[in-house]
Amino acid sequence: MRYLPKSPADRDAILKAIGARSIDDLFAPIPAEYRLNRDLRIPRQMAESEIVDWFRARSRENGDAYTSFLGAGAYFHYRPVVIDALISRGEFLTAYTPYQAEVSQGTLQSIFEFQTMISELTGMEVANASMYDGSTAATEAVMMAVRLTGRHSAVIARSVHPEYQEVLSTYARHQGLALTTVGFGDDGRIDLKQLQQAITPQTACVLIQSPNFFGTIEDQSAVAEIAHKNGAMLVVSIAEAVSLGIVEPPRQADIVAMEAQSFGVPLGFGGPYCGVIATRDQYVRQMPGRLVGQTTDRNGKRGFVLTLATREQHIRREKATSNICTNQALVALMVNIFMTVYGKVGLRELAKQNLAKAIYATQEFSRHAKVLFPGAPRFNEFVVQTTADPYAINNRLLEHTIIGGLPLKKFYPELGNAALWCCTEIIHRSAIDTAVRVAAETASASKSLPETDVEEVAR
Amino acid sequence: MKHMTRKATRHVSQNEGLIFEKSSAGKAAWKLPPLDVPEVDVKQALGDSARKDLGNMPEVSEIEIIRHFTRLSTWNYAIDLGMYPLGSCTMKYNPRVNEVVARLDGLANGHPYQPEKISQGALRILKTLSECLIEITGMDAITLQPAAGAHGELTGLLMVRAHHHSKGHPRKKILIPDSAHGTNPATAATVGYAVENLKSNSQGMVDVGALAAQMNEDVAALMLTNPNTLGVFEQEIHKIADIMHARGGLLYMDGANMNALVGKVRPGDFGVDLMHLNLHKTFSTPHGGGGPGSGPVAVKQFLEPFLPKPVVITKPDATLGFEYNRPQSVGRVRAFYGNFGMFVRALAYIFANGPDGLRQTTEDAVLNSNYIRKGLEGSYDLPYSTPSMHEVVFSDKLQAKKGVRTMDIAKRLIDYGFHPYTTAFPLIVPGALMIEPTESESREEMDLFIEAMRSIAEEVNEDPQLALNAPHSTRVSRLDEVTAARKPILRWKPQ
Repeated sequence: MRYLPKSPADRDAILKAIGARSIDDLFAPIPAEYRLNRDLRIPRQMAESEIVDWFRARSRENGDAYTSFLGAGAYFHYRPVVIDALISRGEFLTAYTPYQAEVSQGTLQSIFEFQTMISELTGMEVANASMYDGSTAATEAVMMAVRLTGRHSAVIARSVHPEYQEVLSTYARHQGLALTTVGFGDDGRIDLKQLQQAITPQTACVLIQSPNFFGTIEDQSAVAEIAHKNGAMLVVSIAEAVSLGIVEPPRQADIVAMEAQSFGVPLGFGGPYCGVIATRDQYVRQMPGRLVGQTTDRNGKRGFVLTLATREQHIRREKATSNICTNQALVALMVNIFMTVYGKVGLRELAKQNLAKAIYATQEFSRHAKVLFPGAPRFNEFVVQTTADPYAINNRLLEHTIIGGLPLKKFYPELGNAALWCCTEIIHRSAIDTAVRVAAETASASKSLPETDVEEVAR
Repeated sequence: MKHMTRKATRHVSQNEGLIFEKSSAGKAAWKLPPLDVPEVDVKQALGDSARKDLGNMPEVSEIEIIRHFTRLSTWNYAIDLGMYPLGSCTMKYNPRVNEVVARLDGLANGHPYQPEKISQGALRILKTLSECLIEITGMDAITLQPAAGAHGELTGLLMVRAHHHSKGHPRKKILIPDSAHGTNPATAATVGYAVENLKSNSQGMVDVGALAAQMNEDVAALMLTNPNTLGVFEQEIHKIADIMHARGGLLYMDGANMNALVGKVRPGDFGVDLMHLNLHKTFSTPHGGGGPGSGPVAVKQFLEPFLPKPVVITKPDATLGFEYNRPQSVGRVRAFYGNFGMFVRALAYIFANGPDGLRQTTEDAVLNSNYIRKGLEGSYDLPYSTPSMHEVVFSDKLQAKKGVRTMDIAKRLIDYGFHPYTTAFPLIVPGALMIEPTESESREEMDLFIEAMRSIAEEVNEDPQLALNAPHSTRVSRLDEVTAARKPILRWKPQ
């Protein structure tokens, strides 16, 4: 086996050195009746070239070379090549969690820079070293608000990513945490009147997403005012990180839970991504996850360490702020490099291109269909309602190697034939024009469309 | 001291400040293509939501970024540089072909919501990996959704709870041995269970008598790491399983130490009801400085209805798809389908090994840990003489007489060119040195390690200050963690 650095003679010599007759001696502690006396029934050992061939074939079966208008919590932005060049360095790729600070300063300093930039961009005072993803970050942020307020219910906007809501309800079930959802108005924003009615003296926090699942930017000041007036915290989830280049961050929030995938992380069929929690200094001791802090060594030299570990499971066990251990460090490094490449000016220009493409697309779609939720600003996503079934439109678009918007029937049946479209900077105008044209053609042809063309399995 | 230069030597490393300290207005590392749609007025488009500025974000050029991160990287130790003997962390070689296949366009750029008919490649990967892991663990079904080991534990206990709930009583507590990882009790608390400690016996194994006495109808499950954190296989595992099952409890296995078992024995065959795997340990996906991980949970058939949704199914037309209609599911534990990129890497690792390679890997891992054990016996105290599987735990009892503790020995090991072992864990061994070489170490590398550790033991007798003030060769030494925690500085701010 090519990964194993031993010759048969080495193995014999080691057996002799430890006083064992055969390798079986070493497995003697395992009761004989449980030992496996056959080969595992898995594929045979493959050559490297065979492995590459197998995965190339899978890659070709997986929508390679399509133009995609999908967003909905996973965004296709251009990834500067320096990201992979740098994260492929073995010293980053093959290092462990930086518990031994003297031989981990590279990882530690880069996390410190990551925490700094996330704080700058979110308008918060402190950010952690990463969470698994946006869904678990939002969930853990709500649990953090529960600990901070001592209250045991939360109010969730229905315009938060539906899968984030599902994850939250999975976690909440066994923590005595009651969840109430609040719908959205005609502008796609959280319904403030409903919110006012839903919030109680037992509400630990209000969770909104901005830009929300429909791409609409929430009125954060209005939501913050209602939450704070009732002694509840405001938790803001951000799923599209590039929006921060141009959209005012939720400065009135108490906790920001973010998905940073947009910052240089491949779509990768849904993961690994990079969750982050950011908050105010005063709440840091209830924050989940790892934190890197600046300090000095015994000679007074600046250095970095993992800190405030008494919040964490390896010290506090069942009293920890979270059970999280392994996080998303290498993905956070991708995010860090991306933020460094674009920086103060580039992030804004990048976000501006997203905004411009989305505005152009909404104008074009509006000619033949209804773009929902006018009246509130959007970033790079928008909801298009058509007379034709969006699955039918998408099937036709596939013939043009275009993946259309996400049909919303499964999550929001009341919106009818609606789909969520996303335009990032990589979408060409010609693709937008084609998509708009095919959508319009499908609408006029939809009556004659055979039923079987429509993908009925709601994703 | 006398052997120090065999493994390591001094090497110039570059100083490098924080990226913010290199920033100045007008430098840039980006270039966007010309916009092919009309420009927009941001203020008009976004109104009050328009952002005014981006604070202290850096402005630097591309070469500065390359040098910045390359310099930082050289301050890290890594598997690629040498043995990384962290116990229970399984720091094995991370094959490079894994990285290549994970970056193939169709896989790296696949959107989680793209139509199933153009996602057959990704679905095939999910299905093939699932089948391999089910066979390796001897279980019946699996979810790949959890993002790391602790997340897998959470998913597993949610299923335990759902199972008991379906029987009418969710039960109240989880039994956890005192040698367990901290994630186990933290997870039990997250799922709303009380934690009850289980004492180890004099051999470092579960005290079966105590378990029988503690087991009752309030106990939902036992969370057992096997081999345990001492590297010891629970020889009475069948009795443990019987005790749990007789009172309706479940046996959960923490698979952190699965590297000792793959291809040699299957947890499903010795009574385990459900378990998680750490793809970033046993299946070679890179640790990356702390993640990403991946923590699939494999279960017996009776727990299958409770798996998180969606699950991968074969449809009537023989294509693959996701099934969401799972009324008994515990729900979702993460958006989308899990850390897919790690699935690609783990599967590539399984393909590269095959059944013979995986078995040889396990045998070499156990062989290596026993070689280290033999080499250090006498120099360090071995608190439990029970046979070692893939890792061995010593204590600092002999060195403590000179005031030198496990952390000091670990810091001194850095000067010899090695990453430290795991210090002060498991908690049942005061001053533990927990060493897991993995199969990736050659005899030569292990000989250097043994030589270094013996040399340190000699130094401690002759001149304990060498260890107490170590490391001596690193850029920084003995960072002030107390001040870091008392007066936290968690971000850079302009002077």
